[in-house]
Amino acid sequence: MAETASAAPAAVCFHCALPIPAGADLHATIGGTRRAMCCPGCVAVAEIIAASGLDAYYRFRELPAGTPEEPTPARAAELARYDHPALQRTFVRTGPDGLQRCTLSVDGIRCGACVWLIEEALRRRPGIRDVAVNAASARAEIAWDAETIRLGAILEELARLGYTARPYRPDWEEAARHAEFRAALWRLGLAGLGAMQVMMYAVALYAGALEGMADVYRDLLRWVSGIVAAPVVVIAGRPFFANAWRDLRQGRIGMDGPVALAIGLTFAASLVASRLGGGEVYFESVCMFVFLLTLGRFIEMRTRHRAATTVERALRRPPACATRLTAEGGEELVGVYELAVGDRVLVKPGESIPADGRVIDGEGWVDEAMLTGEHWPRAKRRGAPVIGGTQNGESPLTVEIERVGADTALAAVVRLVDVAGRARPRLARVADRVAQVFVPRVAVVAGLAALAWLFVEPARAPWIALAVLVVSCPCALSLATPVALTAASGTLVRTGLLATREHVLEGLGKTTHVVFDKTGTLTEGRVRLVRAVPVGTAGVDACLAIARALEAGSSHPIAAAFARGPLPARDPRPRVEHATAVAGHGLDAVVDGVPHRLGVPEWAAALAPGADATPPADGGSWVLLATADGPRCWFELDDELRAEAPAAVAALGALGIEVQIVSGDAAPVVTRLARGLGVAAAVGRATPESKLEHVRRLQEAGAVVLMVGDGVNDAPGLGGAAVAIAMGGGTDLARTQADAVLLREDLRAIPAAVRLARRTRRVIGENLAWAIAYNAVAVPLAALGLVPPYWAAIGMSASSLVVVANAWKLARTPREVTA
Amino acid sequence: MSILFVLIPLAVLMFAVALAAFFWAVGHDQFDDLETPGVRVLFDDAEVAPPREAGSGATRA
Repeated sequence: MAETASAAPAAVCFHCALPIPAGADLHATIGGTRRAMCCPGCVAVAEIIAASGLDAYYRFRELPAGTPEEPTPARAAELARYDHPALQRTFVRTGPDGLQRCTLSVDGIRCGACVWLIEEALRRRPGIRDVAVNAASARAEIAWDAETIRLGAILEELARLGYTARPYRPDWEEAARHAEFRAALWRLGLAGLGAMQVMMYAVALYAGALEGMADVYRDLLRWVSGIVAAPVVVIAGRPFFANAWRDLRQGRIGMDGPVALAIGLTFAASLVASRLGGGEVYFESVCMFVFLLTLGRFIEMRTRHRAATTVERALRRPPACATRLTAEGGEELVGVYELAVGDRVLVKPGESIPADGRVIDGEGWVDEAMLTGEHWPRAKRRGAPVIGGTQNGESPLTVEIERVGADTALAAVVRLVDVAGRARPRLARVADRVAQVFVPRVAVVAGLAALAWLFVEPARAPWIALAVLVVSCPCALSLATPVALTAASGTLVRTGLLATREHVLEGLGKTTHVVFDKTGTLTEGRVRLVRAVPVGTAGVDACLAIARALEAGSSHPIAAAFARGPLPARDPRPRVEHATAVAGHGLDAVVDGVPHRLGVPEWAAALAPGADATPPADGGSWVLLATADGPRCWFELDDELRAEAPAAVAALGALGIEVQIVSGDAAPVVTRLARGLGVAAAVGRATPESKLEHVRRLQEAGAVVLMVGDGVNDAPGLGGAAVAIAMGGGTDLARTQADAVLLREDLRAIPAAVRLARRTRRVIGENLAWAIAYNAVAVPLAALGLVPPYWAAIGMSASSLVVVANAWKLARTPREVTA
Repeated sequence: MSILFVLIPLAVLMFAVALAAFFWAVGHDQFDDLETPGVRVLFDDAEVAPPREAGSGATRA
């Protein structure tokens, strides 16, 4: 059990193994040893694990933990909602023993140690009677006593351990997948066991053919082989026959047509040979054939199921709720779909606004970044329109609903997404095309060989044709792509990119252009204090201290920016009195007896009539601290660029990919950021439509566009791009439109994924080249009658093994990603 | 060599038993989670370090 952190204790977080940002000095004591941590979230989780005496987790685990989400009031509110009886009815079952039971879908389970940690921690809580975690499906079954503990508290406990859990309701699609998995596994096992068994008899037959063997024993072995091969062909091989028959009825020959023909013919001919006592039997080849093909299909099915599960996990959130105000002045929790025009709803701090409407009471800030791309929250007062899906700031708003359902702005974007998805360029899979051309040709060659041998030695003709069919083996071809893709998607997840659709690797490898969204994608999506420029004799530290003291009582997002800045040492702290927030302008207060204003330049400067309200530099967002004597200090605030963004953009450039930025934010802000990153093409003020339009124009010019985004406004663009990646913390709509999700929000995973995708393409190419080269040698030999049955079987299996071994190279994580 | 007439059918019988066992295992969801049960065995015996016991844990990893 390798401990990642012990290799480089100074550089990476002991908890989640992410690099520790420069200047961070965070530690947690685990098992008596001080360990470096990357963020307060990791410290909190690690300390809870250590304090509960569960630090054995760090010894057991095979993979570092995920970086925990920062606890926010919004999240706490969301978890507490699950206690509502109306909501619980949909997923909680009450057992005959009076215990409540439900299934949770838990994000963040990495290995068996997580299972142990969750089970141990939950079992210690009084009221929790049973916990069973399944690491493979990332689900937990829990049973609890509703008298002693709330479900919300259980979810909170999981959140404190760094896992995001949500109630889960299995549906028929999942049941269907499970049934398909069972049937496929059963067929795979049957084919595998049968192939081994028959191969054993075949070795005896080969030995007999070389050394001489009495006919009676030979016939015994042949018949027994036939008996074992029969269920393999009939049961395990059934899907091939079924598919071939379905294709045939539709008047076309699919991939399975020639396969079914080869299996059927070979088996029938071998039976005839056993009956007549002459010719050759190929029971072992048939079984191997079925086994390898079934294996290829099985791997493909697993990849498909995993993708489907991921998409569903992103899609299926529990029903959204809203707090409706009743005519009597009470509050009731209702589903968003139950809202009607004219309803009044209370939107609590941190909650999403349930539908489009107008503020009728309260004032505050609403973060509309996901819809507009603006990094600056909008001030909302009485009468201001609000858009459903945007996030309320830190003060409650009462909203009168004006548009619901299909009329909302969000629904309009969703419709646009549907349109975009239909026009999405299809990336054909090379392997499918090759197989489609290749397999029927082999069948033709086999037919021609048989025809030729009819004139030379008619008795051998059918056996020659069979040898050609067997030796050519589309197994290598049918394994070439799924094995390579499966190995590569495993590696992709380790680099931090979770593929939810199958064509991701194919698309990434062909990408020529990357279009980034700005807010929340290239940037953190939150405001940060960039610099302070004092006016005249004012000291920076003094001004900063005043500004911070002023903002300390405020809930505005700017306040958070001041709180995060470096702490100036100053004692005593400024005394703030009569602080009032003026919505849309800033803060007005008396600091140490002097009236101060902090906020929008014109408004703050108005405290001293005739004062100059021109910021010291162009661009950026400036706020001014002013007194009656005039401006005292300018503060520049900006959306923080992700630390790894420059490296990621540079790496993409080095791969020969053109990087562009398309953002809904103001053009100067976008241009400045683009210049800083060395990106030439940048578009500001983009609407969801124009983002899609931009992607389309590029694609019409022949580009293969990879779009990266996080917001609702990016969703149409994501839906229309050849490949789309959503940020892990992005909105649901963006994530469901994306082909892959950036789990740890580390942008460097994108160039790493492109490199991996290119390697995957190369490996698939090698595999196909190998399969074709092998056939170029083996098929003519077989057609000339030079391949005895055992060579056919060996050649066929070996060619498949070579393909698998070659693909396995992709399962190794490339160095530059882990480092 | 006529013993083969007994041994080979016997092998086929064993093959059938193996298949039946596999069929049972698939039917009873024995292959649904291949990781957890394996690790769980280890956890049951592992002692849980009481809080604040110095040097008990991570240094050994």
